[in-house]
Amino acid sequence: MTISQVSFGSHEPVLDVKNLTVKYIGDTRSTTAVDRVSFSIGTGEVFGLAGESGCGKSTIANSIMRLLKDPAKIAGGSISFGGKDVLAMSAEELRRFRWQDVAMVFQSAMNSLNPVLTIGEQIVDIFTTHAGYSRKESLRRAGELLELVRIDPARLKSYPHQLSGGMRQRAVIAMAVALKPSLLILDEPTTALDVVVQQEIMAQIKELQRELGFSVLFITHDMSLMVELSHRMAVMYGGRIVETAKAQDVYATPRHPYTQALMGAFPPLTGPRIPLTGLPDGVKFRNIPDLSEAAPGHFVAPVGADASVIDSANLAGAAR
Amino acid sequence: MSHSLTSPAAGSTASAPALEIRGLGKSFPIGGLFSRGSVRALHGVDLTLGRGEIVALVGESGSGKSTLARCVARLEKPSSGAILIEGVDILKRDRFQASRAFRSQLQMVFQDPFGSLNPAHRIEHFLRRSLAIHGKGGGSGEEAQRRLEELMTTVGLQADMLNSYPHELSGGQRQRVAIARALAVEPQVILADEPTSMLDVSVRIGVLNLMRKLRDEQGISMLYITHDLASARYLADRTAVMFAGELVEEGESLDLLSNPAHPYTQLLVSAVPDPARAGSYDPVRRAELRQAVMASTQCAYDGDPNQACSAQEPVRHQVGDPENRHWVRCHLYQPWAGADGHALAGEPAQPNLPASNAKEKASA
Repeated sequence: MTISQVSFGSHEPVLDVKNLTVKYIGDTRSTTAVDRVSFSIGTGEVFGLAGESGCGKSTIANSIMRLLKDPAKIAGGSISFGGKDVLAMSAEELRRFRWQDVAMVFQSAMNSLNPVLTIGEQIVDIFTTHAGYSRKESLRRAGELLELVRIDPARLKSYPHQLSGGMRQRAVIAMAVALKPSLLILDEPTTALDVVVQQEIMAQIKELQRELGFSVLFITHDMSLMVELSHRMAVMYGGRIVETAKAQDVYATPRHPYTQALMGAFPPLTGPRIPLTGLPDGVKFRNIPDLSEAAPGHFVAPVGADASVIDSANLAGAAR
Repeated sequence: MSHSLTSPAAGSTASAPALEIRGLGKSFPIGGLFSRGSVRALHGVDLTLGRGEIVALVGESGSGKSTLARCVARLEKPSSGAILIEGVDILKRDRFQASRAFRSQLQMVFQDPFGSLNPAHRIEHFLRRSLAIHGKGGGSGEEAQRRLEELMTTVGLQADMLNSYPHELSGGQRQRVAIARALAVEPQVILADEPTSMLDVSVRIGVLNLMRKLRDEQGISMLYITHDLASARYLADRTAVMFAGELVEEGESLDLLSNPAHPYTQLLVSAVPDPARAGSYDPVRRAELRQAVMASTQCAYDGDPNQACSAQEPVRHQVGDPENRHWVRCHLYQPWAGADGHALAGEPAQPNLPASNAKEKASA
């Protein structure tokens, strides 16, 4: 089965997140970082999660991997992966779940590679611990893996600092798909990279996905990149999802004022120069209500006249 | 409003340009104390910034654009070349370090608004200090206060924020304070090094709009250094592309980005994600470009025996309508009509260039 044949939504979801709530609990006060968020990702689907820093998108990724540490607490909701309850997994189950079922690529490749081990040793390590292959077999597979992401297998002997930023990120992606996970979480995978390298990495991910057929949870703040890569996407604001639909629909007709502001924040590369406004300073949304279907398959949080917008005078300028 | 977006700044040719860079070069020594090795970060950069004009300098990390900014800001001593502000060579005038007079002509806005404002002081302090050092505050305290409030209004902040500390402001507001601080000196030129790259996406456009407003209303010239081609196109009158320490192409922003002539510019433009033209670039063509451009650290065709030009200095070829002042510095440049080698297949926004280019064909 390849991704190009998958029609979204008709398949059994790989990942199903329902009413997830995550709180950061401090001594004196606590913050709700993720507030009743629900979404699901189908087989072979690329689902994008867009939003600005601090909106809770990385917290969601870490909850799915069960990587949250104190003071973060999952305060409610459920995460199920292929029918299994992720939140109820034991330590041993989690060990198998991570990397074999779900793998994650972080923003900074340098921080996710061990600087004192060669790339080869780190990939071999994955195979010997998680798949139980022999060292020789693991090394052969590690070579294949690097070829898959177009790195010369001779680089197995290189240390992370000897690779360029793009190569490191590609090595990390190779490691993430080593055990053929059914879901790959990409948390801002190209933010630290130059635009040409970014384009190559994204093309690589698309290609791998076509070959291996995994689903992707793609997290970024770059709306253009997101629309190009994702099938469906959700826009987050202040821990809540304010809009979710097919990526092309969100791009063509953003309905929530925040989505409109985000879309208006990226100048286009073609066409005439149009003045854009972005989100004016001081505009905040509060008490965002639950999503409702504004058009078939297009869910938007209704913008109430009273509670959801603090500064509605400025908002009028935000809408294009 | 929309008129000012499309027309290049008027009057830029009337007198000496606000900033002129001539043949600027910079090399850094590498190796040990006795090593004679050096790495060439900049080579023969010529760039002119007219009055009331925003010029964007784009390129990837390592292309030398920040080195250029540091040289122009006199944070780094250039190895060769001249930097003229209003016709005066400042490298000759202030030979060893930047003078106060120079600082009042050229101000900088840095990338990180969290690092560029001292957290121990109120906003008022930064602006008042700028005014005091450069003697722009007027005689009385009242007048200085009025000037402070005026500055805050200019950059779109409330005057009562003067009493705030930097940590009380958002990233966008802090960057506005940094711009206000630069403006306090009433400079002719502002050098903005990636001023929006650390800001949240939704407030970036606000800062870009502010910079545009300053150009339109106060006639301030800006050198806008960025890696974001789309924002360069949005903000800048002209765009210059930097590659391996040299400017390889320059022209009116819209024209340059729709008709990129240098392979490196083409590669950059083709790599920018834009849903409006998704899938319009041929991946094979792009891979070839990438191979041609990125494999080499110098000219893409340097040392290629089939290219007789590799021994000569590249010359400038004019691209398209002379009015767009669009030139490219590549021996292999050929006008689009005759180009089978460098045009990107399937570029949708690619109009046919006038045939008048044919005679400018790079025959070198």
